[in-house]
Amino acid sequence: MLNKYPLWKSLLVALTVLVGLVYATPNLYEPDHALQISGIRGADVNVSTFERVQSTLTRQFDVKSAVLENGQVLIRFNALNDQLKAREAAIALLGDKYTVALNMAQTTPGWLDAIGASPLNLGLDLRGGIYFLMEVDMKDLLKTSREQMVLDFKSDLRKDKIRYKSIRLKTNGVELKFRDETTLEKAFELLKTNYRATVFHQPSTEALTIRARMSDQLLRETKLAAVEQNITIIRSRVNELGVAEPDVQRQGEDRIVVQLPGIQDTARAKELLGATATLEFHMVDERAQSNGSVPAGSKLYQRRDGGSVVLKKAILLRGTHITGAQSGFSQSSQPEVSIKLDAKGGNKMSEGTKNNIGKPMATVFIEYKPTGKTDKNGKKILKKIEEVISVATINDRLGRNFVITGLDSPAEARSLSLLLRAGALRAPIQIIEERTVGPSLGQENIELGASAIGYGLLAVLLFMLVYYRGFGVVANVALAANVLLIIGVMSMIPGATLTLPGMAGIVLTVGMAVDANVLIFERIREELAAGRSPQQAIHHGYEAAISTIFDANITTLIAAIILFSFGAGPIKGFAVTLSIGIVTSVFTAVVVTRTIVNLYVSGKRIDKLSI
Amino acid sequence: MFQIFKVKDTLAFMKWRKVAMALSVLLILGSMVSLATNKLNLGLDFTGGTVIEVGFTQDADLKKIRIILADSGFSDAIVQNFGSSRDVLVRLAPRADVNNETIGSDVLNALKLGTGDNVDMRRIEFVGPKVGGELTEKGGLAMLTALICIMIYVSLRFEWRFALGAVAALAHDVLITLGIFSVLQLEFDLTVLAAILAVIGYSLNDTIVVSDRIRENFRKLRTGTPSEVIDISLTQTLSRTFITSLTTIFVLLALFFQGGALIHGFATALLFGVFIGTYSSIYVASSVALGLGITKEDLIPVEVEKEGEEQEVLMP
Repeated sequence: MLNKYPLWKSLLVALTVLVGLVYATPNLYEPDHALQISGIRGADVNVSTFERVQSTLTRQFDVKSAVLENGQVLIRFNALNDQLKAREAAIALLGDKYTVALNMAQTTPGWLDAIGASPLNLGLDLRGGIYFLMEVDMKDLLKTSREQMVLDFKSDLRKDKIRYKSIRLKTNGVELKFRDETTLEKAFELLKTNYRATVFHQPSTEALTIRARMSDQLLRETKLAAVEQNITIIRSRVNELGVAEPDVQRQGEDRIVVQLPGIQDTARAKELLGATATLEFHMVDERAQSNGSVPAGSKLYQRRDGGSVVLKKAILLRGTHITGAQSGFSQSSQPEVSIKLDAKGGNKMSEGTKNNIGKPMATVFIEYKPTGKTDKNGKKILKKIEEVISVATINDRLGRNFVITGLDSPAEARSLSLLLRAGALRAPIQIIEERTVGPSLGQENIELGASAIGYGLLAVLLFMLVYYRGFGVVANVALAANVLLIIGVMSMIPGATLTLPGMAGIVLTVGMAVDANVLIFERIREELAAGRSPQQAIHHGYEAAISTIFDANITTLIAAIILFSFGAGPIKGFAVTLSIGIVTSVFTAVVVTRTIVNLYVSGKRIDKLSI
Repeated sequence: MFQIFKVKDTLAFMKWRKVAMALSVLLILGSMVSLATNKLNLGLDFTGGTVIEVGFTQDADLKKIRIILADSGFSDAIVQNFGSSRDVLVRLAPRADVNNETIGSDVLNALKLGTGDNVDMRRIEFVGPKVGGELTEKGGLAMLTALICIMIYVSLRFEWRFALGAVAALAHDVLITLGIFSVLQLEFDLTVLAAILAVIGYSLNDTIVVSDRIRENFRKLRTGTPSEVIDISLTQTLSRTFITSLTTIFVLLALFFQGGALIHGFATALLFGVFIGTYSSIYVASSVALGLGITKEDLIPVEVEKEGEEQEVLMP
């Protein structure tokens, strides 16, 4: 029989639309204005902290709910105004051991949450916030690496008593010159065994010369390490800014994207991200441990994980000499961190530790943070924060490569190695793109986008109703289902973000989605005019239009996918909604309308169609 | 039945082919001349620089703002209203002498101090010159890739004459839309680029529907010259072409009037693009295919050839 779908097919179509509807519903629940409190630098949010915050804030503000979950406090308010004032109050109450971040807490009902349905991620242009694109300056990093090569080669050759004429920095590497063939060969062999990641060669044009450059792999690894280091530092600093859902990611070879939703103070964000950090190694003053007083020439330091320790003021070594740090396991499978120093640092360390074998040594992490205040001359006042991040025993005289043991866990080893590398940070970062959207504009953008979708949809619905009457109603049901499906699918994909251009994409889809229905309906009209029966006209109309619809949409999809891969920030949002819209619109305009039409006409004698 | 066009007879579209061709060539030449001389008014995304949008509690005095900014060392700032009379947009070109990172907050502070008003920061955008250059390059590349991929798809699905016709129509639409942006000196930013790629998608959609019908009619109709077949096909698809353009224009108008200032450029580009795309799918694509000498034989279904082959094989 013409125009009849088997029951299972109709049910499947209905089910698909229903799933879209269910996943789109969380967007109807307005999020609460909330505060998110979490501990930093070892501080934990425990039950007593929670109760303290809860009782204080409940007394002063209209608190909707307060919960302690996964070591974080989430306090919801009924009004935006309360949220902002309560933040001030909470900061005053808790001090700088905790961060208090503004957040928008979901209000999705439990049953929706249980099936993984959550509202759309909103882009920064809709929720307000800061976007930074940062570039790690590799030129500087690579230059220091080459300088390091010169120093290392010199010290290695001297140690083996190989005489060289000169070792010089060249644009792409290092050039070594020798007085005779035999010393050159000896040096060549020695350097090749010592530096496996470096490429050495003897140019045929110049006698008695060796050229050295970093291998491509080493170059890549060095760059990657520099970017990862920066990301680690930025993450730890972003946490102090009080951002609820910060996002720090590598982009390409040497770039970092930082997204900070919900904050507007770009000046403070930049200051914090640009703060400098360094490391120092000090010997532990063991005299102090027994009697509790701090002897002259020593100082009391706070430990990051709580407690304190007395260290000698004399600096054994500064972190600028660190060239690498790697976490791993010792032969007895204890967690450890192996540290590499430059030649100068190696000598200092070796000198400093030879009389201290068996004694404890501490690693101090020092950060200069902006306080947000300036002095009389307009210079920024920085706050120096010193923390002991590890105390370990010196097992052997330390040289250029040494190992820190006495760590509690592999995780601690990992974070120490990251901090050590952070302390040695030599690749400066620079902001090359910034986009900040204030909260008022974000809210306004949402309203504008929603109203454009609303008016656009209304106009198209009215037109289709007037023009196609009965079939217009069918097309309108499909169009509404299409908008629901786009929102549902967008909510389902975890990484998908709705932006203002993305909303424009939905509007455009609404206008273009009816095209498939227009094609089908015009075809049915033609078939009717050619004298076919209504049932046959419907059948042929759908059949004939389908390949055209398919071709037309595939090509638009190609354009959308290219737009996506071109992918600059907000534009990606447009490409995403457009692509999803194309796929869902083919489904709703062809399959959903056909199902409805079939349900209506199948098995009946139809004399006239309302088209 | 409600119909926009009640066409009983075939309209002789191809009769006006030469006139349309002349018009298109004229428009394209005009666009190219304008693009070469006036250039595009490239926005921040491509040139680099800083844009600061601020909101005042009452109507903003642009003259006063300019004086305040000039006093603070931003004499090159372009100050204009944006969206409403209370919202102001300040643009600054990239500078070598000062720290670009702090320009946004510096301008904001200057405005707060100078006007004494409670200035609301709505948006700060800073794009480094390097990023701007990259975006320009990537944008051009994206457009070219789109054209090439589409050409490949259309030639696989149709016939090379249609593919060339479709791409000619796309190039026509893109060039003239860019030309309009150049003549009117409308700002060309990333959203406009996205709109142009959407125009490519839209115009193609139209072209394919028409080409599809031409192909069908070449196979179905036993009589008629290629020019007549094309006329019949265009007449048959005319209502659909106009209805789809109409609904798209509806939503674009909604975007233009309701979508806010940030989306204006996007809506404008698409509005122009849809007009030009509708025209080009009627006149450019099919008329290029006709000009390249499309005939019935080019579109005869492949099965017919296969039958012949089989017979040859069977023969001893």
